Amino acid sequence: MLDFPPWKVWAIALTILASILFTLPNFLTEEQAADLPTGVPSQQLNLGLDLRGGSHILLEADPADVAKARLETLEEIVRQELREADGGPIPHLDMSVRDGSVSFTVRNPGDVDRAVETMRAVSRPVGQLSAQRDIEVNLADSTRISVRPTAAGLAAETDAAMGQAVEVIRRRIDELGTREPTIIRQGDTRIVVQVPGLQDPAALKALLGKTAKLEFKLVDIDADPTMAAEGRAPPGSQVVPNAEGGVIVVKRRVLISGDQLVDSQPSFQEGLPVVSFRFDSIGGKRFAKATQENVGRPFAIILDGQVISAPRINEPILGGSGIIQGNFTTESANELAILLRSGKLPVELTVIEERTVGPDLGADSIRAGAIASVLATLFVALFMVMTYGRFGVYSVVALFLNAILVFSVMSALGATLTLPGIAGFVLTIGAAVDANVLINERIREELRKGRPVIASIETGYKEASRTIFDANVTNVIAAVIMFWFGSGPIKGFAIVLTIGIITSVFTAVTVTRLLVSWWLRSKRPQALVL
Amino acid sequence: MRLIKLIPDNTNIPFLSWRNVAIWASIALIVGSIALVAIRGLNFGVDFAGGLMMETRFSQPAELDKLRQTVATAGAGEGNLQTFGDPNTVSIRLPLPPGDDAAVQQVVGEVQAKIKAEYPDAQFRRVETVSGKVSGELIRDGALAMLLAMIGISIYIWFRFEWQFGVGALFALVHDVALTLGFFALTQLEFDLNIVAAILTIIGYSLNDTIVVYDRIRENLRKYRKMGIEEVLNLSINETLSRTIVTSIAMMIALGTLVVLGGSVLFGFSVAMLLGIVIGTYSSIFIGAPILLWLGVSPQSFLPSDAGDPEARMKARAAAERGQV
Repeated sequence: MLDFPPWKVWAIALTILASILFTLPNFLTEEQAADLPTGVPSQQLNLGLDLRGGSHILLEADPADVAKARLETLEEIVRQELREADGGPIPHLDMSVRDGSVSFTVRNPGDVDRAVETMRAVSRPVGQLSAQRDIEVNLADSTRISVRPTAAGLAAETDAAMGQAVEVIRRRIDELGTREPTIIRQGDTRIVVQVPGLQDPAALKALLGKTAKLEFKLVDIDADPTMAAEGRAPPGSQVVPNAEGGVIVVKRRVLISGDQLVDSQPSFQEGLPVVSFRFDSIGGKRFAKATQENVGRPFAIILDGQVISAPRINEPILGGSGIIQGNFTTESANELAILLRSGKLPVELTVIEERTVGPDLGADSIRAGAIASVLATLFVALFMVMTYGRFGVYSVVALFLNAILVFSVMSALGATLTLPGIAGFVLTIGAAVDANVLINERIREELRKGRPVIASIETGYKEASRTIFDANVTNVIAAVIMFWFGSGPIKGFAIVLTIGIITSVFTAVTVTRLLVSWWLRSKRPQALVL
Repeated sequence: MRLIKLIPDNTNIPFLSWRNVAIWASIALIVGSIALVAIRGLNFGVDFAGGLMMETRFSQPAELDKLRQTVATAGAGEGNLQTFGDPNTVSIRLPLPPGDDAAVQQVVGEVQAKIKAEYPDAQFRRVETVSGKVSGELIRDGALAMLLAMIGISIYIWFRFEWQFGVGALFALVHDVALTLGFFALTQLEFDLNIVAAILTIIGYSLNDTIVVYDRIRENLRKYRKMGIEEVLNLSINETLSRTIVTSIAMMIALGTLVVLGGSVLFGFSVAMLLGIVIGTYSSIFIGAPILLWLGVSPQSFLPSDAGDPEARMKARAAAERGQV
């Protein structure tokens, strides 16, 4: 008990010093902390969205959507490959996309082997190690061939699409000028977006929820309007809803898509908001050719399956840039320009969870949490001193050190403090004294048995340590499970609880023991009031 | 300075003689709690029920009935309103409108406009929408987490002590969790993710208490081989009583401060924790220990193989070797 080797004292002193050093940046403003010289800890505690205000949005992609898009491109590829097959085009009929596969009938039975070979050549391996390929080619009967994306292929496709989606979302949010957005993938088909301190979450969600798939298609002027109203279109055409009401029949073939856009800006024409756009050189050439060939005809500008406008092509547009007119407000023109600039989402995303905390509530929560933490600490400290006297004072010292330690570890790890985290902090105040209660009660018992002071203290620490260990392991088990299963704020709670439990064992057992040993050595007490 | 002694020295309260009353009372409470949860149900917040929640704050205590009518005029369905932490703050819950996020935005906008028209001072502090899919997952994850925590901790205790202690701990845990759930069914306080976190913490903490008692029981079983089991249990509870009470009071002081001052969001969480501490303290004394008696713990339980204490293990091994020679 008395022998505390100097290295141990130094280790404890260094730990405490380091923890104070790591806690200090939290008392500076962000700018001041950023100006600190390198080598000095400058990490500040992150505040969770529930404390600083902001939006947490969970987006989900439907894998069926990816599969559908994949089939559509696959159909294009199949047609193209059959056209450009080695040894001349392969005539085919009854191309259909159904039940997750593209199938067609080869007109000349002699071409079947060549068609199968051509299709097999399209498939690519999935991943580097596996032998799986992204599509499989089967003969349905002697002349009908079906091409089906494999599960592994679709999974890889979804994975790639989600990766791209994260990039697109990042570009869109950056356009809003918000700082420090967190955009991370969760699981296979989800993306978490967290944006702190946002004034208008509606604008953010408007940007996230749109796919922004832009297509230019010719309007089918020969289509029968009554048939169109019933949702039927002639072969090679399709019925598309119009943003201003009604429907428009357009040719299926895409003249040009938004993928070739390089820039888009909101602008004004004749006092009305419009969106200007510019194609890259390839897109510009295609746009010029398409407009040249179709002068005098209307073409439809389609965004996410809805016609925004269908102007007549008055003259060929050769410069590779143009404007979109429509029923825009200044805001919606700006929004569309952002969407077009940042590219289309490779997959449609829906908001399945949203939590927005206003800055007032966040500030109130911090204030309430801080007041509660300080008062709880003071009340518990008072109670400990009244119950255990000198030993109570020691545990109070440990309590304050523990508070500093928790903050320093969290700052150093860059952990996030959430509102439940503050509750976790208050809770560790209660749990931290538990170790001291166990020790002190045990010392009391030993004293009552008539043992000398030093022996009582020694036994008290030794016997209580085992109990303290067992009792805290259960708390850590609960906290770890919480961390696994919990989301956002709950994770924050679990982190604080775990850190607090570990540091409290250090402060409550080791640090108080040091204090007690100093007292014993200097005073050599013969009696102890406890 | 005279120190406070909450529990006098050398108490000898015959806790074990009340075991039959205590266990039946507890079983009745558990059954009652389960019945309450089954009949009245838990007042699930948006986390678990799915839907839309708006936390709205007024400058004076909210008139719930009038506000309910105002919300209804927005045509977004029957609103579920209740004060939240303090009388000025109201949580308004609405079902999610069919359709995409734009529909949700519209409902939020309309309800807020209606309230703003009636109460210009209203502040909208928090909006949460959770789809049915996510809420289903949250329920599943929450339930799974509670179950895993209970089983995991019981297994740990089984390894550290003996199987009887594991079973006793598990029963005490089931007791604590059931009663907490029953309390939420009774009061219809909002039950959300934070409450699940609170219950998980209770699971960890309540065991804290039980372990301290169990640890002493193990120690005394080794020390007093000749003593009757009931006496050992009673002695152990009495010896640790002061610690149990002091720690519980320290926890209650900390949590009581949170209940009063922690703000609206933490209110339910703090109440759940505070209740859990009280129940946990009770169960570690009146449930955890008597169960050992029924499960037949005896001094022999720790003789042949003891994984916990290396010293005891060596002694046991030495004894066994002597027996062989």
